[in-house]
Formats: sequence, structure tokens, C-alpha cells
Amino acid sequence: MRPFTFARPAEADEAVRTVARDPEAVFLAGGTNLVDHLRLGVARPSLVVDIRTVTSREVRDASDGGLSIGAAVTNSELAADRRVRERYPVLAQALLSGASGQLRNMATSGGNPLQRTRCVYFQDVTMPCNKQAPGSGCSAIGGYTRYHAVLGVPAAPDAGDPETCIATHPSDMAVALAALDARVQLRGPDGNREIAFTELHRLPDGDPSRDTVLHHGELITAIDLPALPAGARTAYRKVRDRASYAFALVSVAAVLRVADGRVADVRLALGGVAHKPWRAARAEEALRGQPATEAGFRVAAEAELAAAQPQSGLDGGNGFKIPLATRTIVAVLRQLTTEA
Amino acid sequence: MLVAEGLRVDGDSLRVASVPAAVEAEITLQVDGRAVRLTIDTRTSLLDALRERLGNTSPKKGCDHGQCGACTVLLDGERVLSCLTLAVAHDGGEVTTADGLAVDGALHPVQQAFIDYDAFQCGYCTPGQICSAVGVLREAERGWPSHVTADLTGDAELTDAEIAERMSGNLCRCGAYMNIVPAVRAAGGAR
Repeated sequence: MRPFTFARPAEADEAVRTVARDPEAVFLAGGTNLVDHLRLGVARPSLVVDIRTVTSREVRDASDGGLSIGAAVTNSELAADRRVRERYPVLAQALLSGASGQLRNMATSGGNPLQRTRCVYFQDVTMPCNKQAPGSGCSAIGGYTRYHAVLGVPAAPDAGDPETCIATHPSDMAVALAALDARVQLRGPDGNREIAFTELHRLPDGDPSRDTVLHHGELITAIDLPALPAGARTAYRKVRDRASYAFALVSVAAVLRVADGRVADVRLALGGVAHKPWRAARAEEALRGQPATEAGFRVAAEAELAAAQPQSGLDGGNGFKIPLATRTIVAVLRQLTTEA
Repeated sequence: MLVAEGLRVDGDSLRVASVPAAVEAEITLQVDGRAVRLTIDTRTSLLDALRERLGNTSPKKGCDHGQCGACTVLLDGERVLSCLTLAVAHDGGEVTTADGLAVDGALHPVQQAFIDYDAFQCGYCTPGQICSAVGVLREAERGWPSHVTADLTGDAELTDAEIAERMSGNLCRCGAYMNIVPAVRAAGGAR
């Protein structure tokens, strides 16, 4: 591990300035992903800036009826918050389906969405990887693709193309936040800005090494949840290889409001299928205003997955994710329309 | 050929080019009720600080990647993975390892339950299992839900399914799970 200097600034502006002026500096929050990356050589910072005490560790009621989540609130605390459990069950369920009790006690609300892909090739610095060593190629192409993307990727990517990356984003929390139309509060060297959560992560296009649109030194200070429409119901469902403590093969976060038997409001996001939490805009469009029936749900899910590209691989490839995601979308929407 | 940061093989000789100097920091920890002052390399994990610097071999280094739970300790009262924790980031922190759970020679109820229910075989994962179980019981007492809690708005009862889910971050290669679950249940009833 490369030696690093450690700093614990007293406030957020100082933390931002400290990281912004050193291109090799990184923020440290819960450390659950970064400390592993330090050990693996995936991250090699010269300076580690601890930010756990410079942002809020509170969940506040917002004036619009929503919630504002301080970046330092742990995943455990957020999932246990009564307001989250009652008003945004999709978020509590997503958080509780991720990692383990110990990791959720460490991981923070600002850090979780910024965790990096668990692509085994990315985490092995001896393997060519465009995300880890830009321009070196993509070892996942034709390799083990079970945990890789089917949406936002070409049909037959070229392993030698410097822009190829078929990694998925591993966070469950981020999928729920994408469906909830969350907003991200940022503090950077040039001031504050607010972006839609769905704009935080990016597709690999052009530069697979960049997971998000954040500038170097920009810090998430809070994540805001807008109030949901009255009568909206929400749920998160995760499909994985083990019953617990495993990353998603496919996951679905949904917000649904049905009025007079028709879909009045719907927001859907998918995990485990793309480089970013995947907002299923095509499915939403196919659902809006239509009868809330299982047949309609299936048509919408198929519309979303129509653009999917199965990746071949040594493990038989990941084409199974297309019917799996389709069925999981249908199951979650059915659950939200049939439960009391 | 560069074989590692600053290490270069030229012909037959391995030469150290310019190994960056380690950065040190001074920290204070409260470990199992005892205050200790340490000068550490900033790269030191809490696990290595406990094991290698303080000689507390109760937390185990199973995977060193946050996947097995053998290094679980209580940090400021919460169960965490000491292998993914930088010691330097927890100056002033209060650490309890399985070694420090007994009070005046009397085993902690979770420790006693692990013995009563034969909840281990080789014992390697046991200190982590026990710290994790102590954390599970505290979390349940505060009404924290889990992935298998059917009604998120109610209070979860510590059923076997709840215990198995909440303990899923602690792997046991001997497969003692069948006895760990009743041990945790019994310790929960005794709290």
C-alpha cells in the first residue's frame, strides 16, 4: 500500500479545499470500499481526508414534506429511521438488502452511492481494465459476466476498445434513490450545486474510469428525498445468488400510485444491469395511464428490456438477466397492486 | 522491470529505487477498558493495530477484505469490521473485542450461550461471531429492522430467520450455524 498522509478537517469547506488542491487526494467516509481498494492497490492516494465529522449525521424533515439525509448518516441509522420505514419503505428495504450489519454500521449515505463496481477484473490490478488503467482494454468481455451489464452496453463490445466497460454499479441504496427522484447536494471548490440523483452516475461512454459526474474535490453533503404523491406505494426487490450478503444479479425499485384501476404515477429503477442505477423510462412511459394489470406490467417490462444486450462469457454469459429483470419488474408491480 | 512501488529488478539485482516514506500518526484508543497510546503508520488497520501492536489476537484476520466477519469488534458500541477500519481515523475510539466482554471473570451472556449451545467447532470465527451477536442484540433492542422483517413499521421479534439474516456477515467454515442461531436466541432471551 502506498503511504499516505491523513487529515481530519474541522469543516466541509476545508475538506473540499484540501482534496481539491491535491489531484491524488481522496475523501474517506465509512471506508468499506476505499480501505479495501487501498489494500488491493486499486486506490493509491497520497492524502486521505476523513469527512465523517464534516457533514450532517441527521435526517431532517424538509419543508416540502420530504426528508433531507445528512451525508454522514450511516446506512444502519437510515434504514432504522421511522420516517424512512413508514414513508419510503423502498429505501429502507434497499439498504437492508445490502452488505452485512457490520458494513451498514460503517457505510454512510454519501459514501454508499459512490462505491465502485465489484467487477472482479477492476479489482485485480494485474488485469487489463479500462476503468482501472484507461486504455488497457476490458477483461470482462468474454470472461465472467454473471455480474455484468446488459443495458447501456453494445451487442458485441470489443475487448480492446479503450472505451469498453460492461461493469455494473453495485449499490442497492442508489437504485432506490434513483426511483425516488432524490436530489444530491454538493459542495465543491467553486461553491454548492444540486443535481438530480439520476444525473449523478454516468455510463462508461468516452471514459469508463469516471463513475459519476462529480469533479475532483466535490463532496456530497446531503441527499434530499421529495415527498411522494399521496397514495403512492413503494418496494425494493433484490435477486441474488445467496439469501443474504451478496450483490444483486437484478434488483428493482418501484414507486407506484394506482387510481381508478389505472397507473397514475410510476417510477422504476433497476440495479445489477447497468453501469449506473438504471431508471426504466421506457417501462414508465408504457405504464403511465394504462390499466394496472399484470399483462400491462409485462408489456412495459419487455419494452424496457428490449434494448438489453446479453454478454457472452466463460460462465455461460448473462443473458439470463433479461427474463429475470422482466419477471422481477412484473412481480414488484404486482406486489404493489395486490398487497393490502 | 518495476515489481512494486520503488522496487526494480535490474539484471540479477533487486534494487530499492525510492520507496516513499511511511507516514506516522499518534493515536489514543480505549481497548477493552484500557487506554493505550500508539504511534502507527497511517496505513494500519484497526485489526492490525489490535493484533500486531497490542497483542490482542481475539479479532481474527480471516479475509482482510470485509467478506468474512472474523475481525468484528465493537467500535464506540457498534459492531464493525476492524479490517476495513483505519486505526488513524478512530483516534479516541472505544474498542471492545471478544477478549474484553467478560466482566470480572464472568463471561458475557453471549459467550456463555456459545459454550452452552456448542456454537463453534474450530473456534476461529468465534470471537467475531460473538462480537457480532452482541451487536445484533443491541440493534434488536433499539428496534432496528432487517431484510427479513415483514412489517418495517413494527418492532422485529428475534426469530431464527431474523438471527440468521442479522448474522449473515459472519461466515463459519465449520458450519456451526445450526448451533449459533439458538445460542444467539438464548442470549437474547437472557438479556
